[in-house]
Amino acid sequence: MKRIRLPLNDEIVKSLHAGDRVMLTGTIYTGRDEAHLYLKRMIERGEKLPFDLSGAVIYYVGPCPAKPGQVIGSAGPTTSGRMDAYAPMLLERGLKGMVGKGKRNDAVRQSMMKNTCCYFAAIGGAGALISDSIKKAEVIAFPELGAEAIYRLEVEDFPCTVVLDCYGDDLYKI
Amino acid sequence: MSIRNIAASQIADAVEKLVIEANYYLPQDVRSALESAREKEASPLCRDILGDILRNADIAAMREMPICQDTGLAVFFVELGQDVHIEGDFQSAMDDGVKRGYKNGYLRKSTQDNVLGERVNRGDNTPAICHIELCSGDKIKITFCPKGGGSENMSAVGMLTPSQGREGVKNFIVDTVQKAGSNPCPPIIVGVGVGGTMEKAAILAKKSLCREVGKPSDDTDTAAFEKEVLEEINKLGIGAQGFGGTQTALAVHVLTHPVHLASLPVAVNIQCHAARHKTIVI
Repeated sequence: MKRIRLPLNDEIVKSLHAGDRVMLTGTIYTGRDEAHLYLKRMIERGEKLPFDLSGAVIYYVGPCPAKPGQVIGSAGPTTSGRMDAYAPMLLERGLKGMVGKGKRNDAVRQSMMKNTCCYFAAIGGAGALISDSIKKAEVIAFPELGAEAIYRLEVEDFPCTVVLDCYGDDLYKI
Repeated sequence: MSIRNIAASQIADAVEKLVIEANYYLPQDVRSALESAREKEASPLCRDILGDILRNADIAAMREMPICQDTGLAVFFVELGQDVHIEGDFQSAMDDGVKRGYKNGYLRKSTQDNVLGERVNRGDNTPAICHIELCSGDKIKITFCPKGGGSENMSAVGMLTPSQGREGVKNFIVDTVQKAGSNPCPPIIVGVGVGGTMEKAAILAKKSLCREVGKPSDDTDTAAFEKEVLEEINKLGIGAQGFGGTQTALAVHVLTHPVHLASLPVAVNIQCHAARHKTIVI
């Protein structure tokens, strides 16, 4: 199990290979279907995005509401393929990592190789276990989207597996 | 036979509790199936993942929180005794129970309106999707099986022709699972409806998922078919989370129905490993 401190950079990304189990520590941002659509519109309008993309990691998740005393509710990954239409646009602008579950299309894979990025899978359906590694959660954009808002998460030893590395290798196909 | 009165509020209260408990506690049959998959799995990575999935269920139960953040659309199978008289409106009672359960249980509300335009979250996860069957007796049996989007999206209906037969049905099921790959959070449970009309097959496929996981069909031939298809699926090598292993599906459940002489509808409803289902009788 490799321990990785965020944000990511080319050197870290190049050291990761499909099949590696890793634990992430640092800041990650959440975003799924609607948030990605909103980010796309902001980019098209030339607006400043709600967080700095350089070296950033986006986690495709729509968490459950936190119970009183909890940081966050269950927070496992959603299916990444639905974000394929948006991912290259963000990778071109500095995004270095994506966390979700399930396969990506070839356009994403090509963009990841070109921009030196990594795609991690967290365990789908293990939302309670994953929530243990989330130490802080704060909505930073689109609060009107509820569970689909963009959160800034501080994570410690967030468990995931490298599925698609910057060399184009895909764990799902190995 | 006398008529038994059941207040709508009694149904709403029961549904509220049912919705919360089903989302917090993984049923024992699913847990046993996952444990047995972990023992049989050949890949060390997938064995680890199955261990994490079981640990997740323990954490969820201990902290009383949802097993999975996708607490689904609220799907119910209702067996309504014909000697029951409901005092009040049935659908409103079900919706009220869902609304309260999803709020008080801190469950995610995933239902959106305006499906053809700018989507808006309804904020309360209603309406309850109720498949109602009228049956004899004076009780109401309610089974709740919340359905997440990831696995539902990988489901499929095929209108095969009679000449494609048993082999065609088997190929359609295995192809659907193969195309789904890692997306529906394997290990999965594969619900299949064969026969009837398009919508009958689809409802049977979903209903089959309410069966105790791995319990074979009561019909010997259907049970043999389930076993055969499960073996084929587990040869695909998808494994837990799609990481490449021998345990892609925990079970295949098939329900059949008499069919038109010109048709062979097959519905495959894929269920993720967080196979939440719970039944109550009022």
